[in-house]
Amino acid sequence: MSNIDPILLLSAIIVVATPILLAAIGELVVERAGVLNLGVEGMMITGAVCGFIVATLTGSPWLGFAGAALGGALLSMIFGILTQLFLSNQVATGLALTLFGLGLSALLGQGYIGVKGPSVPDVYLPILRDIPVLGPILFRHDIIVYLALAIVLGVWVFLERSRAGRVLRAVGENHDAAHALGYKVVRVRLMAIAFGGACAGLGGAYLSLVRVPQWTEGMTAGAGWIALAIVVFASWRPGRLVLGAWLFGGATALQLALQAAGGVQIPIEYLQMAPYLATILVLVILRAGRAPGSLGRSFHASS
Amino acid sequence: MTFKTVLLGATAAAAFATGAMAQDDKTKVGFIYVGPVGDLGWSYQHDQGRQAIEAEYGDQVETVFVESVPEGPDAERVLTQMALQGAELIFATSFGFMESVMNTAQKFPEVKFEHATGYQRADNVSTYSARFYEGRAVQGLIAGEMTESNVIGYIGSYPIPEVIRGINAAYIQAKKVNPEVEFRVVWAYTWFDPAKEAEAAKALIDAGADVILQHTDSTAPQAAAQEAGDVITFGQASDMLDYAPKPRVSSIIDNWNQYYVDRVGAVIDGSWQSEDTWDGIDSGMVEIGEITDAVPEDVKQAALELKDKISAGEVHPFTGPINKQDGSAWLAEGETADDGTLLGMNFYVEGIKGDIPQ
Amino acid sequence: MIRLERRPEPSRAWTLATPFVAVALTMVAGGLMFAMLGKDPVEAIRTIFWDPLFGDFASYSRPQLLVKAGPLILIAIGLSLGFRAGIWNIGAEGQYILGAIFAAATGLAIYPAESWIVFPAMIVAGALGGILWAMIPALLKVRFGTNEVLVSLMLVYVAEALLASMSLGLLRNPEGMGFPGSRNLAQYPSAANLDLIPGTGMHWGVALALIAVIVGQVVMTRHQLGFRVRLAGQSPRAAVFGGVNPGWLIVVCMGISGGLAGLAGMFEVAGPAGRLSIDFNVGYGFTAIIVAFLGRLNPIGILLAGLLMALTYIGGELAQLQMNLPLAAIQMFQGMLLFFLLAIDLMTNFSFRFGRRATA
Repeated sequence: MSNIDPILLLSAIIVVATPILLAAIGELVVERAGVLNLGVEGMMITGAVCGFIVATLTGSPWLGFAGAALGGALLSMIFGILTQLFLSNQVATGLALTLFGLGLSALLGQGYIGVKGPSVPDVYLPILRDIPVLGPILFRHDIIVYLALAIVLGVWVFLERSRAGRVLRAVGENHDAAHALGYKVVRVRLMAIAFGGACAGLGGAYLSLVRVPQWTEGMTAGAGWIALAIVVFASWRPGRLVLGAWLFGGATALQLALQAAGGVQIPIEYLQMAPYLATILVLVILRAGRAPGSLGRSFHASS
Repeated sequence: MTFKTVLLGATAAAAFATGAMAQDDKTKVGFIYVGPVGDLGWSYQHDQGRQAIEAEYGDQVETVFVESVPEGPDAERVLTQMALQGAELIFATSFGFMESVMNTAQKFPEVKFEHATGYQRADNVSTYSARFYEGRAVQGLIAGEMTESNVIGYIGSYPIPEVIRGINAAYIQAKKVNPEVEFRVVWAYTWFDPAKEAEAAKALIDAGADVILQHTDSTAPQAAAQEAGDVITFGQASDMLDYAPKPRVSSIIDNWNQYYVDRVGAVIDGSWQSEDTWDGIDSGMVEIGEITDAVPEDVKQAALELKDKISAGEVHPFTGPINKQDGSAWLAEGETADDGTLLGMNFYVEGIKGDIPQ
Repeated sequence: MIRLERRPEPSRAWTLATPFVAVALTMVAGGLMFAMLGKDPVEAIRTIFWDPLFGDFASYSRPQLLVKAGPLILIAIGLSLGFRAGIWNIGAEGQYILGAIFAAATGLAIYPAESWIVFPAMIVAGALGGILWAMIPALLKVRFGTNEVLVSLMLVYVAEALLASMSLGLLRNPEGMGFPGSRNLAQYPSAANLDLIPGTGMHWGVALALIAVIVGQVVMTRHQLGFRVRLAGQSPRAAVFGGVNPGWLIVVCMGISGGLAGLAGMFEVAGPAGRLSIDFNVGYGFTAIIVAFLGRLNPIGILLAGLLMALTYIGGELAQLQMNLPLAAIQMFQGMLLFFLLAIDLMTNFSFRFGRRATA
């Protein structure tokens, strides 16, 4: 244990959590609008490939991230149209979206296997980065780490403090009542779904442009599923979402750090299980809040 | 059982009838991969071999492949379908396909099978594998010479003999050139998860490692090392030249091309026989990627010399005296390891700390 | 102006017609995609839908449909019960793994003794493994109100780690040259789950899946449990007034779905797969969720949906093999098929009306 530097570990946690956090904050907004989109993994991987392609073609990682958000949002519109206009079952449509997204990304990425993309520079925060302890933990990351946190903050402000946010929550809680009040249920939900797709796309691009950085098929390797779980963990609240992502990322980083430090007597298979068990355990202690009232239900105006 | 045999016999006969009519005299060669061809690692390198066959024989051959085939009944079905469709030679490129290959081979005695990294053979089943540990030994030498912190990180997938063999081979050479060296092994418990590989590399670097060896196929650890600065890495499966000259200072490349071309040639000219091939650096199946200028000239020369000696058969990476981790004797002075022990290796050599999970 | 109007009753005609309309639309859209990839669309679609059933080697691939569809149907039937009651077990994959581990451990503990008791003991162990794993999210939900979606999903990853550990350690084949994976149970006569009628693909697991379809149908339409499940799904509050104990319902539904998933794992490890290995699970637990909804949570529908999914998998392999289509294109094609099936479902419950509505 003494071999693990807590400052480096905390710094690692923030980075590990970022792709999950990005995808999860998007899904949180979707679910708060009353829609359950299980296609996060498919949107993430599509974002990963779109981001990589755009970044490679233009040489700009920033355009890449924009492309990833756009790609994720476009793919999510398949889900949006099917579930909102054709009233298809949300669980099944979301799962189908993941299947479709995995295939689509592999086809799109065929010419980009083994290509090295442009690099994303760390932001240089002059004085802040030199603060002892906090500097290395908080202020020596790439800009997407801060963007993710900014999006979470923005979502919190939007949901809790803005009129539009209240409308979105009303739609998610009881779509019939919201409709009766004259809110455009379908339009609000479509916008939420697009936002969710864009965030998932950013999360995927964070992997293909920053963490790995390369395009390989199936590279998100299940991160989208973890993002879904983190939304439940958070009880649909942005603040707890950060906690959940850091807890999961923390357990992952810690178990690898324990292995790397050597001399640890815990069997490795238990270390592998740790992030998942920790998430369950903390959820049991914290108690989950109530899900949005209309979550997963189809809405039709005349019903 | 009998009914099944009869039924399959009938379909097999139909296969030969229709197959022979449809395909003229082209030799049909099938491949089944455990991952996607776009994984840029294990399955990708096997697919390079498939393309080498097409390049070599052109119109004489037809190759087919099915990717991301799970082990078990799915693999057996794909193998059977390939045989039914008239494939004359089938490469099954993952250890987990072993039973499926043996079962299918029994049903189709005329079809020839090549199973990678397995140990069961039959009259129509060959096995082949590469002595990657020879490459690991060369990496170990460079790693031992280059490390300044004397901590070398090693990212393993699962604790299987193939991976353990690599760790041991690298450690033995590293220890030889640098008695202070210490290995830290992180088991990722995944074959493929770039993000987790990046985290594993970062955890090792944070723990003081300045050399990272990896037995996982993505470039994520390379990127993590580049970001960290003064850390060196080695390419795995493919060359990963994008990260040269540093952090990537050399690499082990899986090169199945020549073997595949030879085996298809043997089928075409009728000389194919069931064999067990375990080739290394000498045949080119294990390739050592260019050692970059980030490595001092004397170290580079020593590494190349070791490579040449291994290739010429003068040096065996596992030459005694070597004790097992618990201190018990394994190889006496001058004794070299036998292939059987190497194939099923599930112990660390003396000096490596930590337990193999099992 | 086109409007949608809810039908008073689901249309019987459309219920029967929608799958065919969806498949036809998929053929058009998928065909376009195949054409864009430079492949003959007609041949591709024939290879996927026709060849596994009636092609040159259909006598081989038809039984394989059952082998592939069996576990999907068995798991989906169990899941559908909970889904109808609003209980979201999405961790069937983990319960499937635990069933296989328990069953394999039981069989291997007795190995090599031959006895008729081995196979039934493994069945009991497999069901027990699945039930135990499902009881974790069930009891946490009943006792602490913990969300079962998160717990059951997280337990999939825990089960995978356990599977790897078992394959590398406790259950590893001592004669396997140090490689991971257990002994082959299919070669241990007392434990082997072979075809009941050789060459048909009809092993015990497939037989049980078909029985589950029938029992599921009876339970949903005739039995008290089916009534309670439907009531809880429509209105949890009404269900409580109707005398349904919500905790009891959670335990029963999770138990049944976990038990069936565990049995699916048991039959797979003793039969088609033969042995436990690190990559034993291939996603049946997740695909079964799609199958359950594709079948509209109705046992007969699930049977057909399971067979259709199996057909696209096997046809997809053939298309890769015969036409060099990449797997990615097959996955997109499967996705499209699901999209169309789900979208066209609209016609069952709604009709199009032209013209403006008189009142809002």
